Amino acid sequence: MAEYAVELRNVWKRFPGPGGEVVTAVRDVSLKIADGEFFALLGPSGCGKTTSLRMIAGFELPTEGEVFLHGRPMGRTPPFQRPVNTVFQSYALFPHMTIGENVAFGLQMKKVDRQEVQRRVGEALEMVRLSGYERRKPKQLSGGQQQRIALARALVNRPEVLLLDEPLGALDLKLRKEMQLELKKLQREVGITFIFVTHDQEEALTMSDRIAVMEGGVALQVGDANDIYEHPNCRFVADFIGETNFLDGVVGALEPGKARVDAAGGVSLWAHTPQPVTPGQKVTVTIRPEKMHIRPTATDVNLLSGRVTDVVYIGTDTHYGVTLAGGQTIRVREQNYSAESRLLAREGEPVSVRFAIEAARVLTE
Amino acid sequence: MIQSFRENRRLQGFLLILPTLLVMLVMLVLPLTLTVITSFGQRDADGNVIYTFTLENYWRLLGFTETGWDDLYLGILMRSLWLAVQTTVIVILMAYPLAYFIARAPEKRRNFLLFLVLIPLWTNFIIRIYAWVMILRGQGVLNSALGGVAGLLSIPFTPFDFYPSQGAVLVGMVYEFLPFMILPIYTSLEKIEPNLYEAAADLYANAFHTFWRVTVPLSMPGVVAGTILTFVPVIGTFVVSDILGGRQVILVGNLVQRQFLDARNPPFGSAASIILLLMTLALTLYYTRRFGLGEEIAAG
Repeated sequence: MAEYAVELRNVWKRFPGPGGEVVTAVRDVSLKIADGEFFALLGPSGCGKTTSLRMIAGFELPTEGEVFLHGRPMGRTPPFQRPVNTVFQSYALFPHMTIGENVAFGLQMKKVDRQEVQRRVGEALEMVRLSGYERRKPKQLSGGQQQRIALARALVNRPEVLLLDEPLGALDLKLRKEMQLELKKLQREVGITFIFVTHDQEEALTMSDRIAVMEGGVALQVGDANDIYEHPNCRFVADFIGETNFLDGVVGALEPGKARVDAAGGVSLWAHTPQPVTPGQKVTVTIRPEKMHIRPTATDVNLLSGRVTDVVYIGTDTHYGVTLAGGQTIRVREQNYSAESRLLAREGEPVSVRFAIEAARVLTE
Repeated sequence: MIQSFRENRRLQGFLLILPTLLVMLVMLVLPLTLTVITSFGQRDADGNVIYTFTLENYWRLLGFTETGWDDLYLGILMRSLWLAVQTTVIVILMAYPLAYFIARAPEKRRNFLLFLVLIPLWTNFIIRIYAWVMILRGQGVLNSALGGVAGLLSIPFTPFDFYPSQGAVLVGMVYEFLPFMILPIYTSLEKIEPNLYEAAADLYANAFHTFWRVTVPLSMPGVVAGTILTFVPVIGTFVVSDILGGRQVILVGNLVQRQFLDARNPPFGSAASIILLLMTLALTLYYTRRFGLGEEIAAG
């Protein structure tokens, strides 16, 4: 059996709620995270992603199930005996210590000898490009600098796994974009497994090798960015990652790998079926706006008639809102790739929307 | 006129600070000046103050008398100082665990526990000290209890003379000032971000190391504030030593009080006050220079 850096095996976490009821924060989550992977836990607030991370760190213990680090079951091991380090959302730098003391803290606790501590603290600060800041106090640093110190303080210990709890959440947009790339580069350099919690899908797509999308305490889908975007396995994932259209309908005819779905108002289309469906089953079809076209192309099989309700020109793309016969509004994104792009339709005009069968996916849940 | 007032920032500042200045002048500067002036004076046979300029009172306090060296007053000063140090140290040692316990209690219970700390303060100060007389005296509660235990174990028992004594004064002082140490320490403990404890645990610190490297340094502002709130009043108080010391334990506070009321020698009493003031000031300055004013860490 291959050994994973981190494995969560059927992990549950239940908390007593404020009214004495039981709140289930994490439901039967199983994850396997390989060595050296940059892994994101992505989901809206309250989805259980931070609780999952805290169970790996040891701040919370699973109600059921087990957390493994390199194959060793963690059981009730307290945080200070786990070979992982955390970068906290609020950084949690010790305000009474200098930057040097903050970064040295973990090594001192591990009784690393003094000269070695000094050398590694210097290296760590160099790595985050804050050499010479040893004697400053955390309050004297900007948010971005504090963030990098928090990173240095964790990485200086050479943990088996680095846990990051929304580490870029408090930074402004420009700095966040910079840090995303910097973090990714850093992770490649040190080769340590990073597990990263975020609610920002773009951040997750930019940085991670693989992503687990979480909702309601459940890990809905685990895969790389491409997989999650192109092959969402449920309505929530399709909706949470990027923009998409949903058409509700009933399965009409079946052919291998595809099905005809009949929606309201006589709207009918063929869509790819990743999961088996039966005629008469209620399903949802998801189609990404950029995979639909108003201009005709030869490969398209589906043809839906509608009327343009709004047109938004944003330079690289033009977005069209089209209302179908059944009253459903879908959004179509046309790329303006030709030298002289012009509008393909105006508000109020009747149009045909075309797309390939593979562009439409039948979702059963 | 109005326009120029709007532009005159200095005048505006002065007017805004004026009420405070007046209060300080009437409540602090005037009485203190009067005390300083009196301390250089003499008394006549009827106990009236003669305003002259003499250092006699100070010389006498420092031990120089007509009959030679006498360390009576220096002894009183040193005894007061020592008692204040003892009281403060014991109060810190007792208050810290209590404050820690309250700060770590569930949020809903904290207010109730703080309320318990404050209940004794609702009773009059003198009555609370007399209660200690009832506990500590020869036939008091403590001796009866000990006697009862000794009786059960068939050990011969002679009641202890807990009261009046310097030890009784110390007990009274500790009791009296405990809440004034618990509250500031609690406040600074409660302000510590919980994720700092998690960060320490994450960086391999066990409970012991977390306490000494994170909790204690971050709660020092509370300890400093509590120390000033305890040490300064203890060094000058006279009621506790009067009651629990049975008028035999004489502190600077008692000296000052008696010079004014019994001996009718305000100049000497004033000089003792000034010495006490200077001593407290010097110690407080040293202490706050050494450990900070208690806000440095919080303010970054």
